Amino acid sequence: MAGLGRLYQDGEIIFRQGETGNCMYVVQDGTVEAIAESNGEEVVLRTLGKNDFFGEMALFEKDVRTATIRAVGPARVLTIDRRNFLRGVVEDPSLAMRMVKTMSHRIRDLTGRLARYENTASLGET
Amino acid sequence: MATLLRRGTTDAWASLADNASHTLTDGSRIAVIGGGPAGSMFSYFLLNFAETIDLDLTVDIYEPRHFTHRGPAGCNHCGGIVSESLLQRLATEGIHLPSHVVQRGMESYTLHMDVGTVRLKAPGLEKRIAAVYRGNGPRESEPTGTFSFDGYLQQLAAERGANVVHRLVTGMERTEDRIRITCADGHTEDYELAVIATGINSHFLDLLCGPVAPIRQPTKTTTFICEFRLGKDLIEEVLGDSMHVFLLDIPRLEFAALIPKGEFVTLCMLGDEIDDELIKRFFDSKEFQDCFPQGVVPPHVCHCLPRINVSTARVPFDDRIVLIGDSGTTRLFKDGLGAAYRTSKAAARTAVYRGVSAKDFESHYWPLCRSIDIDNRIGKFVFSVSGLIQKMRFTRRAVLRMTATEQAGDRDRKRMSEILWDIFSGSAPYKEILGRTMHPVYLGGLVWNLAASNWPTSRRRRSDTAGQQA
Repeated sequence: MAGLGRLYQDGEIIFRQGETGNCMYVVQDGTVEAIAESNGEEVVLRTLGKNDFFGEMALFEKDVRTATIRAVGPARVLTIDRRNFLRGVVEDPSLAMRMVKTMSHRIRDLTGRLARYENTASLGET
Repeated sequence: MATLLRRGTTDAWASLADNASHTLTDGSRIAVIGGGPAGSMFSYFLLNFAETIDLDLTVDIYEPRHFTHRGPAGCNHCGGIVSESLLQRLATEGIHLPSHVVQRGMESYTLHMDVGTVRLKAPGLEKRIAAVYRGNGPRESEPTGTFSFDGYLQQLAAERGANVVHRLVTGMERTEDRIRITCADGHTEDYELAVIATGINSHFLDLLCGPVAPIRQPTKTTTFICEFRLGKDLIEEVLGDSMHVFLLDIPRLEFAALIPKGEFVTLCMLGDEIDDELIKRFFDSKEFQDCFPQGVVPPHVCHCLPRINVSTARVPFDDRIVLIGDSGTTRLFKDGLGAAYRTSKAAARTAVYRGVSAKDFESHYWPLCRSIDIDNRIGKFVFSVSGLIQKMRFTRRAVLRMTATEQAGDRDRKRMSEILWDIFSGSAPYKEILGRTMHPVYLGGLVWNLAASNWPTSRRRRSDTAGQQA
């Protein structure tokens, strides 16, 4: 019996905010957290578990990572290469369906958070 | 007696063929004959696609075997490698291979040649390839919590809503507007679509691809697969998490690989009609023997000589009939499971979103089969070049030197290593591999290594380095 991907130890960084990347990752086992770093402070954006993916923006944009990903406890993570992913999507666009659904959920979640944040900010002003 | 008959006159058949309204509707029934990876993945994706458009379908998977059985009774006779590209695509789809299905994760390839041995590492030594059992372990294996890969996929399809029917299908006939399936026990059922996923080691294709059906079977060749019991600790010590591949100057042998799993090691030999003489020659080779403790190859506990296809079926569809996986087409020598995934998903997509007529499959399924077929032709050329390298000692030295130098260095582009990795793993199309061999930097490096590795003084030095690499 064996696991796939690479094993990260508790607290180990999978990638850092600001780094360039050309792959995304899928959690095989364990938990990781996405952290935004700003002015030396860390904000945990979300926690991801088995079968969740992260780093997907690097597949579509040649830009830097927007968050740091860190293992919470031992976590096994599989890399999805940009070349392999795009080759698959060209042949079968439905391959990206799950990713589109998840990204849509994340946008919905962010919109909700932003609305709550603006509400709180406007209450503070009044 | 098994039968495949077409009812009705030629005119009736022609009018049926011309009828473009062969679409699946609520309540349509689909028979999937063969519950291996192609059949199970087809059922899984078909039901997923159907759900997106609120289409209510019934899927029956006919599979007489139980993949919970050990030994040949539950096995699908295959080396059991899930390639890097398939693993990544399944993960993207949300299909996770649990640890009890994966017998070992591979982080490298070890290339054995008479001129030396070199290890090709995956980036970050990540376990990117999965070794699995197609059944539930070889003959003589004990229950150790392992689970069949085929059984796992079948379970996924069943959880998605497919019915697994443990009956042997022995006949198929066309009624006015459906396909009638007949089982060995006399049971019959009618379906709107019949999906053939029996592989090519079943007699069912002989029944289907007769003079009454416009389908010609793929051409086949014989391979050899066997299992050695080494024990988990010894495997860890002598083989590790590495797939051991052999490029030896043995006529008719294209490729051989030792695949470490839990308690066992699987040997897979591919080539031109593998026979006893070829097997003996390979077993007698020093490079193979050196993979075992004290150079002694233990007796194998289980073996088979399955056939693999080396060309695409012509044409792998008809009205309300489609052939997927090995029955239809697969990649030459590599990534058969990957081809099963690709063809099953393409056929499922066509059936749900387009229709089940021959015309629908020709427009939306056949292009994928054809592209695999064309790529296989390029693959034949790639393997013939690889065969030349196998035959000539001075080219083998150059390959070893170039690979060992790349693996020892920290350059981003490891051109020879990437080409070898993709040939061994089947992760990239052969067209892409061939394109990379035409790159001037690669060609320059190869010429340099041909000269450097065959220069008398550097030859001695390089063989020492290569030995250390291994």
